Amino acid sequence: MSKLSLIIRREYLTRVRKKSFILGTLLAPVGLLVYMLVIFGLSSYQGSGELKVAVLDEGNSLTAFPDEKGVRYVMSGGRSLEQLKQAVLDKEVDGVLRIPKVTNFQNKDLTVFYYSDEKLAPEKSNQIEDRVVAKIKEFKMDSLKLNAEQLKLLDSKVSIDPESITGDGKDDQSKYTAGVGLAVGGIMTFLLFFMVLMYGQMVMRSVMEEKTNRIVEVMMSSVKPFDLMMGKIIGAGLVGLTQVVAWVVLSGAVSILVPLVMGIDASQMQTPMAAGAESIDPELVQDTSFRIMSELSRQNWPLLIFAFIVFFLGGYFIYSSMFAAVGSAMGDDLGEGQSLTLPATIPLILAFYIVSMAGWRNPDSSLMVFASIFPLFSPIAMPFRMAFNPPWWQVVLSLALVIGTAILFVWLAGRIYRVGILLYGKKITLKELWKWMLYKG
Amino acid sequence: MILSIQNVVKTYGNYRAVDNVSLDIPKGSVFGMLGPNGAGKTSLIRMITTITGPDEGVILLDGEKINNRTPEQIGYMPEERGLYKKMKVGEHLLYLAQLKGLSPAQARKSIDEWLTKFEITDWWSKKIEDLSKGMQQKIQFIATVIHRPKLLILDEPFTGLDPINTTLIKDEIAQLNESGISIIFSTHRMEQVEEMCDHIVLINKGKNVLYGEVEAIKNEYKENLYVVETEGEIPDGIPDKYQVDSRSTNSITFKLDDESQSNELLKAFLQKGARITRFEEILPTFNEIFIRRVAESGMAPVEA
Repeated sequence: MSKLSLIIRREYLTRVRKKSFILGTLLAPVGLLVYMLVIFGLSSYQGSGELKVAVLDEGNSLTAFPDEKGVRYVMSGGRSLEQLKQAVLDKEVDGVLRIPKVTNFQNKDLTVFYYSDEKLAPEKSNQIEDRVVAKIKEFKMDSLKLNAEQLKLLDSKVSIDPESITGDGKDDQSKYTAGVGLAVGGIMTFLLFFMVLMYGQMVMRSVMEEKTNRIVEVMMSSVKPFDLMMGKIIGAGLVGLTQVVAWVVLSGAVSILVPLVMGIDASQMQTPMAAGAESIDPELVQDTSFRIMSELSRQNWPLLIFAFIVFFLGGYFIYSSMFAAVGSAMGDDLGEGQSLTLPATIPLILAFYIVSMAGWRNPDSSLMVFASIFPLFSPIAMPFRMAFNPPWWQVVLSLALVIGTAILFVWLAGRIYRVGILLYGKKITLKELWKWMLYKG
Repeated sequence: MILSIQNVVKTYGNYRAVDNVSLDIPKGSVFGMLGPNGAGKTSLIRMITTITGPDEGVILLDGEKINNRTPEQIGYMPEERGLYKKMKVGEHLLYLAQLKGLSPAQARKSIDEWLTKFEITDWWSKKIEDLSKGMQQKIQFIATVIHRPKLLILDEPFTGLDPINTTLIKDEIAQLNESGISIIFSTHRMEQVEEMCDHIVLINKGKNVLYGEVEAIKNEYKENLYVVETEGEIPDGIPDKYQVDSRSTNSITFKLDDESQSNELLKAFLQKGARITRFEEILPTFNEIFIRRVAESGMAPVEA
């Protein structure tokens, strides 16, 4: 095995075996599991807390209320309000719903009354209101002799479909394109920002540790400083990739297995509120999820994944080499080196701010175009824009700049590292780092 | 020659850490590299171990110009030394041995031998951080010699060691030397290596101040000082031609013009009927030689 691969292996294995890594890697999916169990618990709690409501229809004009999830209706059957109230006290029903006679069709604001000593949960209240609205609508249509089918014809849905004039027509966008793009780009940016920051700083701490441990001079007599630095950067990077893959696989497994084991309908979990809302056009629901799915499938996933990996590697190498150089120049005091870490963290945070401020509003603004090409920002900004089909030349330019900058930064960091790592007991300024870069041999 | 250093210069900015140093280290010797802190010893060693490169000059290891295979032929225990605290003894030694070019099987065999030698075979799966300072030093020493280097460089090897471990490591070093390994000792505590080294170099302000065989140097710098100790008081009437350097009640030191006078001096004491308990030539220590040499060359020594 070459020395570099020996170093990578040690850097990788010692980190992966750490309790903090194992805990962190497992905890995220466990968090998801707990979240799902809570949701499941909430939805089953709602199910057990079923409400039995007596309906007093004073106009005698409504048809029978069907039972639904969480609420069962019984019609008054000629009983008076007082009798029904007594039924509540006798625990025969949970409450009485009194619907006054609908006389004036012009009046749209109707009030219905609910009698009970138990507080009506807002959720149930909404559910009952929706049911009453639907029933009154049915009654009004009957009275006005309106045909439900004809009525439906009156409804129209309008959505703006942006079409490019110079484009070749393939660039078929819709309002979903933007939304799906934001979601996909946002998740990628977020992940990239955190991985680069987290693992870059891990490299820095580890370099500092080797220096304060005094192991570094022992190592230097066996390996080249550049190999030690690269081994550390690559080793930690692989740990980062391992964590992401583990999160994806474990989260995927959790979100598939848990509903299966619990025997719950996954679609209900996502929208527990939608259960009672029959008034939402099922066609529309189907349409929305269909269009989101089609938008998702229309994204060029192989390209996106390729870009994600290249930009992750590029960004990771750029920033972790900066952190490694800074770590080599620092003593054992993190606070003392604050002025040195800032040049490494500021561009990263700035890039994240630009994306989260400007990117969400307009992914193609000139600021975003600049950010997605400037190599210190592009690893964060370009993957976000990738979801919006940016001009190909910008992507190629950005990729080339990122790769070139990564190589340059690793080289420069190596030059700082080899000087800094063997220097003790001296406070280092940025100016000195600059001088070290220019040292010969 | 195991090591040949020829006109080597190393500068850091405007500071000449190593200033045109030349020296040869014979194969199989125990070589002392002496000098105060900051004299340039570590800078010189870093070039020998290829951690840094010389600005000028040439370094030959065993007749070959140093290159990227050199580190595998050298064992270096730096003054600033340490280990990965979280690693286990066995895997740590395995790692360092493999970095020195040993195969995993060779490394394992060699580690087993050393652990057996130091009677610490049960340490294999102990974490470094659970070991005492002295125990860690032992592991550090094993790590330095695990690949059986041609040349062993020890920078202040005994700092932090208790007398028992110091003796243990000294014995091991002597054994390694007998088996043909050349050794360089670097230290600012000159008295420490006088007993162990056969050759030395004195370095001050990056320059080679004095260099040669230990016995030859001591003889060159001796001042014909002889000490006489008697039972009871020093007798009166010793001739004035023997210049007294210092005296106490029953001990007196003379500075003779010529070493051939020593027998006459002894005779004079015997004639006085004194019972002599000690009669010895006093050779200068390297500390004294260093101070004299530096004064001669007109350089003030670096603050130690």
